[in-house]
Amino acid sequence: MPVSKSVGARIKRREDPRLIQGLAQYVDDIQLPGTLHVAVHRSPYGHAHIRSIDTAAAANHPGVVAVVTGDDLKDNIGTVPCATTDPEAFPGIQVPEHPVLAHGKVRFVGEPVAAVVADSPYTATDAAELIEVDYDPLDAVNSAEAALKDDAPLLHEQFGSNQAFTWAIAGGDIDDAFTQADRVVKQRFDHQRLVPNPLETRGVVARFQPGDGKLTVWSSTQIPHLLKTQLSLILNRPEQLVQVIAPEVGGGFGCKLNVYAEEALVGYLAIQLKKPVKWIEGRRENFLHTIHGRDQIGDVEVPVKNDGTILGLKYSVQADVGAYYQLLTPAIPTLTGLMLCGCYRFQNVSMELTAAFTNKMSTDAYRGAGRPEATYLVERMLDCVAFDLDMDPLEVRRKNFIGKDEFPFTTGTAVAYDSGDYDLALNKALKKIDYEGFRKEQEESRGQGRYLGIGFSTYVEICGMGPSAAMPAGGWESGTVRVDPTGTVTVLTGVSPHGQGQETTFAQLIADGLGVDIDDVRIIHGDTEAVQYGIGTFGSRATAVGGTAMVMAMEKIKDKAIDIAAHLLESNPQDIVLEDGKYGVKGSPDQGVTLMDISMAAHGGVNLPPDTEPGMAATHFFEPSNFTYPFGTHIAIVEVDGDTGEVDILRYIAVDDCGKIINPMIVEGQIHGGIVQGLGQALYEEAIYDESGQMLTGSFMDYALPKAHNLPRFELDNTVTPSPVNPMGVKGVGEAGTIGSTPSIVNAVVDALKPFGVRHIDMPLRPEKLWKLMQG
Amino acid sequence: MNVEVTINGERHSHNVEPRLLLVHYLRDVVGLTGTHIGCETSLCGACTVMLNGQAVKSCTLLAVQANGAEITTIEGLAENGELHPVQEGFWECHGLQCGFCTPGMIIAAHQLLQRNSRPTEAQIRRGIEGNLCRCTGYQHIVDAVQYAARKMRS
Repeated sequence: MPVSKSVGARIKRREDPRLIQGLAQYVDDIQLPGTLHVAVHRSPYGHAHIRSIDTAAAANHPGVVAVVTGDDLKDNIGTVPCATTDPEAFPGIQVPEHPVLAHGKVRFVGEPVAAVVADSPYTATDAAELIEVDYDPLDAVNSAEAALKDDAPLLHEQFGSNQAFTWAIAGGDIDDAFTQADRVVKQRFDHQRLVPNPLETRGVVARFQPGDGKLTVWSSTQIPHLLKTQLSLILNRPEQLVQVIAPEVGGGFGCKLNVYAEEALVGYLAIQLKKPVKWIEGRRENFLHTIHGRDQIGDVEVPVKNDGTILGLKYSVQADVGAYYQLLTPAIPTLTGLMLCGCYRFQNVSMELTAAFTNKMSTDAYRGAGRPEATYLVERMLDCVAFDLDMDPLEVRRKNFIGKDEFPFTTGTAVAYDSGDYDLALNKALKKIDYEGFRKEQEESRGQGRYLGIGFSTYVEICGMGPSAAMPAGGWESGTVRVDPTGTVTVLTGVSPHGQGQETTFAQLIADGLGVDIDDVRIIHGDTEAVQYGIGTFGSRATAVGGTAMVMAMEKIKDKAIDIAAHLLESNPQDIVLEDGKYGVKGSPDQGVTLMDISMAAHGGVNLPPDTEPGMAATHFFEPSNFTYPFGTHIAIVEVDGDTGEVDILRYIAVDDCGKIINPMIVEGQIHGGIVQGLGQALYEEAIYDESGQMLTGSFMDYALPKAHNLPRFELDNTVTPSPVNPMGVKGVGEAGTIGSTPSIVNAVVDALKPFGVRHIDMPLRPEKLWKLMQG
Repeated sequence: MNVEVTINGERHSHNVEPRLLLVHYLRDVVGLTGTHIGCETSLCGACTVMLNGQAVKSCTLLAVQANGAEITTIEGLAENGELHPVQEGFWECHGLQCGFCTPGMIIAAHQLLQRNSRPTEAQIRRGIEGNLCRCTGYQHIVDAVQYAARKMRS
């Protein structure tokens, strides 16, 4: 049948039928016969010594099979891993032991202390409440600033302070930039702590087969392969006997790019009890013990000329990383450092970071992971410069943009932007509004007590992660393409999609590349026993790196298909063309053969060109030469209610450039969702701990997520600047919306409140904060 | 306690603990795992099902409270192998990404369209405010509901 070109088309997602009918299988939907259920007793204190634990009542509760504490585990299994503790990268880094279950001391509310295994989840929860822990509460610290004071209570006494590590990056000569400057624009920024909150919490099911010693772990994870390796190490099991399956995963946003205590705990219990064991995280547990994002507070200084030329940027920052490291904790703020130049030309830059242990959950990768902090402070600073110099924020941006002819462009932080045209995206976005008209309307409405504001964010971000040399656990990705004898295609990808739609976009690439119907392509992912080793889905890398690996494997298959077609048609490979699903000789395509004909020959093993291996499968491991750098312009137009301080987003325009687009509908969805998460940070979200380390925002009642009625209809457009880093020219789009949107909203609100002398407001911009500012 | 319910047209009778939540009954006793649990506190809406024609959050109802009720879950929305127009709308308009909120969101949208066959965009946004989605930014969900409204009217 004729095959229409599908790359670039709005193809409906192939993963959807199972999802819209309730037929998908998430971790909690896995119900193995005889499953035992785990409930975790967690620390109710932010900081306390554990004097003793009495598990007798829990153990004697009917239906309870086992109770374990930190003392039971500490000599039998390893600890929760961190992949980024190199002292050369992080001078002075202190690496605390991160136990699966606490022993001796607890360091944050929600830290796992003991676990009950029982015949039902209700029984396990009942029994967990019967565990008596004698805690001796200690003073806690709930911010980096408090933690770094001389007399602060120490989380890890052996280090002598709460300083976790330092990190610095510098380029050019920032001191000289200050001497050249007409003035220095300064501002302090608080990037508040956020809770990722995928709608599906974490969950783990583990099954041990005593006959062959094999452990199978189903986990709601973004990184099944890395988790397999880590579980083999933590549990001291041979890796060939560990299988990890990421089934349907209900959102991740970075928080499932990790290895958690419960994954090790449930695996350990399954091995010990020789029964399937299940743990499903509650929402409250998710708030307390799934990684958080952001939590940097720092001072920015920007030396400028009076004409708006930015000479450099200096950022002195403290990061609150929580009580322990999770998988990538120290690496996250380094991504802030890499992107401190934004899409601007200045070369003088410096960031000095001090990270502190606090009595809070660990920070780690949350959508954007370090880059939203950079974009936010850079784009806010551009507006502060405009404010201080009484210039238009657009004029300051244009004056400092990297020009489109300057790519590849090496920034002051020594990253090489692959391609871009920042002015083009800005101009395209501006075409959607009447900027001068808006400024007039703004002026007039101020006279009527209405406060309108416009905010721009001209962002660039770093993604497509990335070259292995710049990554803690491999930056490559893998793909295998198998043509079945009947001509259908099975792909095994090392990435692990959980909403991003690669079962569709990857199939589009294969359908076009091999000339088959998209319905004849199946994408398999997430099962370490089915798929060759891979890295996973995070850092907007799945298509740029994983898609490329698959396409390169496909090219090997296509070459082979052409060779076999030429043999079957008694022609030369260079004369074979693929048209309408047929591999035929140039000029007489009707005589061509299909992929099924070719694959039947390949699997028959007889009618093949000389020296051709039978079979029809190829694998490629792709190592990217660089990251990719998507960019764009976001414009928010808001009105702040003078009576209530509420922000109404009147219009939101986003022009994004993620390179070549495979499926515009999926790209739009990624941008919509990304914008809303960034907007959530700007307006609503904040994880708050009190001075004793209690989390005050531990439910959806107390932690505000954006809802449908809070939002406008987003107006999207794009520019397409292909990336030279991969043959498809794709960049990545998973995080761009989140990175771009936060500053546009804050800039718009600050602009709206200019009549009140407002130059900066820390997030989240909740009504009471704005109302107070408007009261003077 | 005994609970007798009709779920998606099929009668079920079980002896359950009085404290068993309806969502756990549906998922763990009856085996209909399409209804999800996102927060256990009635705030996210992932567990929304139809109970006697009303969309309810099954994480804060006891199974025994549903005794005698007619329940429709996401698994029962399609008829004779044909997707319900709301399901179709979600597919056509890319109204889902990870899919975890989707069953509850579809049930909530179904209720909304039963009550108002011509909702405005603002009414749709208000109508689904009891359901959280962390992936889509809601815009394609709004499109999906509008698609379904058009389809159901025609």
